[in-house]
Amino acid sequence: MRRLRYLQAMNEAYHQEMERDEEIFILGEDIRGNLRGETYGLLDRFGPNRVLDTPISEAAFVGFGTGAAMAGMRPIVQFQIATLIYLAFDQLVNNAAKMRLMMGGQVNIPVTYTVMATGARNGLAGQHADNPYPFFLHAGIKTICPSNAYDAKGLLISAIRENDPVGYFAPAGCLSQRGEVPEAPYAIPLGQGQIKREGTDVTVIAVGQMVGEALKVAESMSSEGISVQVWDPRTLLPLDKEGVCSAVAKTGRAVIYDDANRTCGFAAELSSLLVERVYDELVSPIKRVTRADVPIAFSAPLEQAALPSQVGLANAIRSICG
Amino acid sequence: MNIKITPDAAVEMYRTMKLIRRFEEWVTVLVEADEIAGVTHESVGQEAVPVGVCSALRDDDVMTSTHRGHGHIIAKGGAVPYMFSELMGRESGYNKGRGGSMHIADVSLGIYGANGIVTAGMPMACGAAFVFKSRGEDRVAVSFFGDGGVNHGLFHEAMNLAAIWELPAVFICENNQYAITTPIESVVKVPIHTRADSYGMSGESVDGMDVEAVYTATRRAVERARDGGGPSFIECQTYRYVGHYTAERHMKLNYRSEEEIELWRQRDAIEGWAGRLIGQGIWTEDERATVDAAVERELDEAIAIARQAPWPETGSYLDYVYAREYPGFPARGSDL
Ligand SMILES: Cc1ncc(C[n+]2csc(CCOP(=O)(O)OP(=O)(O)O)c2C)c(N)n1
Ligand SMILES: [Mg+2]
Repeated sequence: MRRLRYLQAMNEAYHQEMERDEEIFILGEDIRGNLRGETYGLLDRFGPNRVLDTPISEAAFVGFGTGAAMAGMRPIVQFQIATLIYLAFDQLVNNAAKMRLMMGGQVNIPVTYTVMATGARNGLAGQHADNPYPFFLHAGIKTICPSNAYDAKGLLISAIRENDPVGYFAPAGCLSQRGEVPEAPYAIPLGQGQIKREGTDVTVIAVGQMVGEALKVAESMSSEGISVQVWDPRTLLPLDKEGVCSAVAKTGRAVIYDDANRTCGFAAELSSLLVERVYDELVSPIKRVTRADVPIAFSAPLEQAALPSQVGLANAIRSICG
Repeated sequence: MNIKITPDAAVEMYRTMKLIRRFEEWVTVLVEADEIAGVTHESVGQEAVPVGVCSALRDDDVMTSTHRGHGHIIAKGGAVPYMFSELMGRESGYNKGRGGSMHIADVSLGIYGANGIVTAGMPMACGAAFVFKSRGEDRVAVSFFGDGGVNHGLFHEAMNLAAIWELPAVFICENNQYAITTPIESVVKVPIHTRADSYGMSGESVDGMDVEAVYTATRRAVERARDGGGPSFIECQTYRYVGHYTAERHMKLNYRSEEEIELWRQRDAIEGWAGRLIGQGIWTEDERATVDAAVERELDEAIAIARQAPWPETGSYLDYVYAREYPGFPARGSDL
């Protein structure tokens, strides 16, 4: 089958969905300039009314998306880098996320926020390296974090078709990776995790760019006689609770491998879910391998020390599979 | 006010512009050679703005900078060995390797930090200016930001705060005509400097390729601020000859033409200033060559120092988060 890069898969999803539904339009910074490739060709195909370059006004363009949604459109709002969601926090959390309930269900807010290059590496430093999806989860915004090109396309299509705000976090480390991607449009339903590798001793739950790393660790641990299963939630809210519980129940052990901050992070939430639901099946404590709760320092050795690593994951697995 | 530049000061302005230009050109080389990581935004072409502005400041004045901050830092007195060490992630860098290109700071020099978030420094400059004013000190806070920043909410909020509280602040908009690929005229309906009027603040536009014009306008604004006359806004018309960031060299973006870049290059601030000094008989070609050679030596030595400098200790990654630490915080990423 055809192999596409993650960004090309996103690009194809944008094209196919905008082709299908004239109510979809996209806005953000340097969308027309097409810095990375995911917005390639959109301006030529769909014209300036559906492909908007905004001023550097994050709060305003998020609110703009909310208003356009109320008026019947389906905006895609792109954040050039992940931490820019902080600039628009009120419009996201206090407005877009709450509007439907506050209005007693009078409107839907079908906006997709594509949050690009989340969790960046290699010297992006304090303000450009966060993985801020737990903020969305805490605020109750539907949240997706596709780990590969196939999921990137199928989940972007679902996000765009969803009738609520959806945050789509595209991990920096995945953007140039290739995978098999069918040309015809396809939608991967929200709330369906996936076992990316079968195993019997321990289930590693990995998010975004951690999935590829977990698969590598799983491969190398087989030589130590440890059979590692890798489960990818794909969507964090809605979370496939059945899926994760049965994956963990099967192995009796769980390690959560997540590149977001530790305190109140996705791993913390998942860990308590597992304790609540599958405590009786667990044969060892749940382990979390996350980011440290520090701003990411610029210098390479400090950055590496603060981020979850394959070595850290392997050690966590050994510590409970001994 | 008749503002004169002494011959020594004029030569120093040249030297600093040249140092910035060559520093930035070295940054590109070192990024390409993988000696500098991360994202670096060179200011090649814009040197007259930081030099004109900072020449009008005292050492105890403060400034906030941007993602394109190397020039601001050099102009405010930043030492290039510590800058290169920072860019190379070394413990001896300005921020002990924690900040990198987008966060270089030296509070003792009044450099309240480059910043990776557009306009984030503007309200901080207001806060500092408020402190100076309320303590009765005649110090001034300057904030640099790009043309792209003038549509940010923070720009408007900070401008208004400075105006209503009559703060000793000077806002310097470096209008290099683009925010990444977005031409300024596509996102602003009025000449940028006229926005100052709506906040009740003096605003003007100057030729940002002319260091004297930038200096003169800033001197006036700074004097006004020191004398209790409140904030000012200066738009400097300038241009970056290079990409938005170093990586743009390898990207196929076509938001501007080679001809346009060439037109601005013909108005180069450094060449223009050297030509004026020599033309006026203040300076000779030989003296210029001596300054240029000294700049090269200074940079060569700084890079050599940075290359030898030690890396931070891996185990220190939890340091500097809090002024006071409590056991177990900040949390590590694993409990093993
Ligand atoms: C609030 C915010 N939005 C977006 C970005 C991403 N970004 C980094 S630099 C830049 C363009 C800034 O343009 P301008 O202010 O004109 O400064 P210049 O790069 O031209 O020096 C953008 C959009 C950011 N860093 N901060
Ligand atoms: Mg600009």
